Amino acid sequence: MPGPAPDERMRPDGRRNTQGIRIDPEAEVTHEPREAVLSALVKHEPGVLSEVSSLFSRRQFNIESLTVGPTHDDGVARMTIVIEEPQPGIEQAKKQLRKLVPTISVTELDQQNTRRELALIKVSGEKPDDVNAVADMYGGQAVDVTAESVTVELTGSKQKIDAAVGAFEQFDVQEVVRTGTAALERGADTLENDD
Amino acid sequence: MSERASVQADEADADEDEEEQAPVTTGAQSVVRALENAGAEYVFGVQGGAIMPVYDALYDSEIDHVTMAHEQGASHAADAFGIVSGEPGVCFATSGPGATNLVTGLADANMDSDPVIALTGQVPTDFVGNDAFQETDTVGITQPVTKHSYFADDADTVGTEVGEAWALANEGRQGPTLVDLPKDITKGETEIEPAPPKKPDTYDVPEEADDEDVQEAADALAAAQRPVVLAGGGVIKADAADALRDFAFEYEIPVITTMPGIGSFPEDHELSLEWAGMHGTGYANMAITNTDCMLAIGTRFDDRLTGGIDSFAPDADIVHVDIDPAEISKNVHADYPLIGDARATLRQLYDAMPSAPDADEWREQCQEWKAEYPMDYETPDDEPLKPQYVVERFSDLTPDDTIVCTGVGQHQMWASQFWEFTEPRTWVSSHGLGTMGYGAPAAIGAKLAAPDQEVVCFDGDGSFLMTVQELSVAVRENLDITYVVLNNEAVGMVRQWQDAFHEGRRMASEYPWIPEFDKLAEAFGARGFRLEEYDDVEETIQAAREYDGPSVVDAIIDPAENVYPMVPSGGDNGLFALNERHLEQL
Ligand SMILES: Cc1ncc(C[n+]2csc(CCOP(=O)(O)OP(=O)(O)O)c2C)c(N)n1
Repeated sequence: MPGPAPDERMRPDGRRNTQGIRIDPEAEVTHEPREAVLSALVKHEPGVLSEVSSLFSRRQFNIESLTVGPTHDDGVARMTIVIEEPQPGIEQAKKQLRKLVPTISVTELDQQNTRRELALIKVSGEKPDDVNAVADMYGGQAVDVTAESVTVELTGSKQKIDAAVGAFEQFDVQEVVRTGTAALERGADTLENDD
Repeated sequence: MSERASVQADEADADEDEEEQAPVTTGAQSVVRALENAGAEYVFGVQGGAIMPVYDALYDSEIDHVTMAHEQGASHAADAFGIVSGEPGVCFATSGPGATNLVTGLADANMDSDPVIALTGQVPTDFVGNDAFQETDTVGITQPVTKHSYFADDADTVGTEVGEAWALANEGRQGPTLVDLPKDITKGETEIEPAPPKKPDTYDVPEEADDEDVQEAADALAAAQRPVVLAGGGVIKADAADALRDFAFEYEIPVITTMPGIGSFPEDHELSLEWAGMHGTGYANMAITNTDCMLAIGTRFDDRLTGGIDSFAPDADIVHVDIDPAEISKNVHADYPLIGDARATLRQLYDAMPSAPDADEWREQCQEWKAEYPMDYETPDDEPLKPQYVVERFSDLTPDDTIVCTGVGQHQMWASQFWEFTEPRTWVSSHGLGTMGYGAPAAIGAKLAAPDQEVVCFDGDGSFLMTVQELSVAVRENLDITYVVLNNEAVGMVRQWQDAFHEGRRMASEYPWIPEFDKLAEAFGARGFRLEEYDDVEETIQAAREYDGPSVVDAIIDPAENVYPMVPSGGDNGLFALNERHLEQL
């Protein structure tokens, strides 16, 4: 085959970044990862959680937390998925999620959403008063007390719960269970009417 | 005629004018009724314990069952049937090993957006989860490789679910679906007729793209100096080949296809640059690299097409038309995203174009590239047969609507490079998954979908050996298919890469122990030919074509022949290598 060798061929100077976006030589754009809270209404039927979680793992989306539970509508469950991705990855995650057959709607909650996580923290029962005092500081309360242990219930943002778990370390934390993030849009908007 | 049909032919004749369908009484009958309602003509499958009630219901149906030698074959045959006919191909398998054998074909269909519906038997619901005999979690295994997998749990609704699976496979971006059928559900009593096929209400299919977006895209295209159209498999799936032709001819924009898009635009037309990507034409890859505005339709920008993303069409504004919103900006950022059906959107674009782009120079440039980098090979008389010559001669001798199927490897590339495709739905190959063994069963599905068209399958010796048992099916069904094994006694594509990138260490890639395929063909009851000389090429091809039934040409080709041009994996499309020397420079 004739024709010029590779290095003698006509070609432009442009480039794309790893997200397939053309690089503007003036201002090279790269998207840094950010946290996004996705809220999805899905059919409340067996297998949906595994379908969603397998989607996120096979597409290599970086999941921070995924929670699911029933809603006021018997046939519908709601998932809250917190991911950390560059903007194009977040868009892609939303679109992939929307494609699943059991998915009814998907939205990304804005930064001002109401976001809560529940934790139960079991610590040694040696200093119940001190445990109560720390629990108070974080708005928590003891829900189970024995001679050997105190279990405290807490709700709040992930950061607040991280901090509380840290504070409880002094009492010899024995077990922690956390639910992951559940979130709703602030104000009157609901998923059905703004998707 | 299928074996069930032949047994029943007399009975069928007798009650031909009996129009009224008997009411359904079991879940299995409801499943079959749903397929009848959807218009299914063929089912490709293999019997087994858990699926037996469905087969029993099929006994009374007009739907033809084609017993395949292996369930993988059933899934590929259904896939090819779907590609050629445009309607979902159906495959059946029993639970456990039957279902797992389908998985490759479903994954293949998923990657290439081919419409397939798989129905699998399952152990009775009471046994599910107990590791019962021939139980597997079929829904769990197939979920990642289907549009959706259903687990049927009610005889009253199973037929409607099958109808939904059919509609889902067919609508929007086509793809495979599966319904897992526990034996107690299919045996279970029901009197409820299945509802007509209807897509799930949570599955939205966009039709036309937004008019304003279309206008912006059309303005950008019209203003371009170096425009190209990149037509993907979606153009064919959406029956948009005619709309593409109208658009390209009217606005005189050069057309490149992806490999799955082959056939969407006539390769013998001046505006065609054929297909781009790893082994695409030099001119298509030059045009991709230098375009300033690309209208990409129904393509998912697979890495075999784009090479490294950083160097893909680095100067181009990209207009991306796709029916699946998730494809937009997945791999390559779309400057003008248009979500819609390819055919409808092309018509919208046609109307919205303010003028043709001023691109005389560019079109000339593209023609120059065609002259500079022709698809070429050497045919010295004293050397073993060149595979390209076999493909090229075959292409010359056959009608335009001949359907070409392939396995995966070098032979697949030569078939796509040296056959001249002009019609949609004539190129049937495994693209995204790259499944060796696809060809032999795919040719069966293709032939049944288009009995009046010639079907040829170019296969590699390695690929053919993977599903050669399906020859027995072609013989039994007396399908007029010509298999051409481009026999290089090697898994040639691997050997080529070992020579290029692993210092010629040919670990496990040479197959000097393969059977004589002409004799193997005869053992199956097909016609066998052996082809070694240039002088015999035409005569052998004609003899194989003329034989009424499946024939196999064992074409002994130059084992040293390699596929060029080549863009090394992740490389720069503009820097394709035309030979070994170029490869070393890259
Ligand atoms: C099922 C499967 N296994 C392995 C591969 C890896 N592979 C890709 S091409 C190729 C060689 C194919 O050999 P053959 O069918 O003889 O065709 P040739 O390249 O010689 O034309 C192999 C092994 C594959 N694509 N599919």
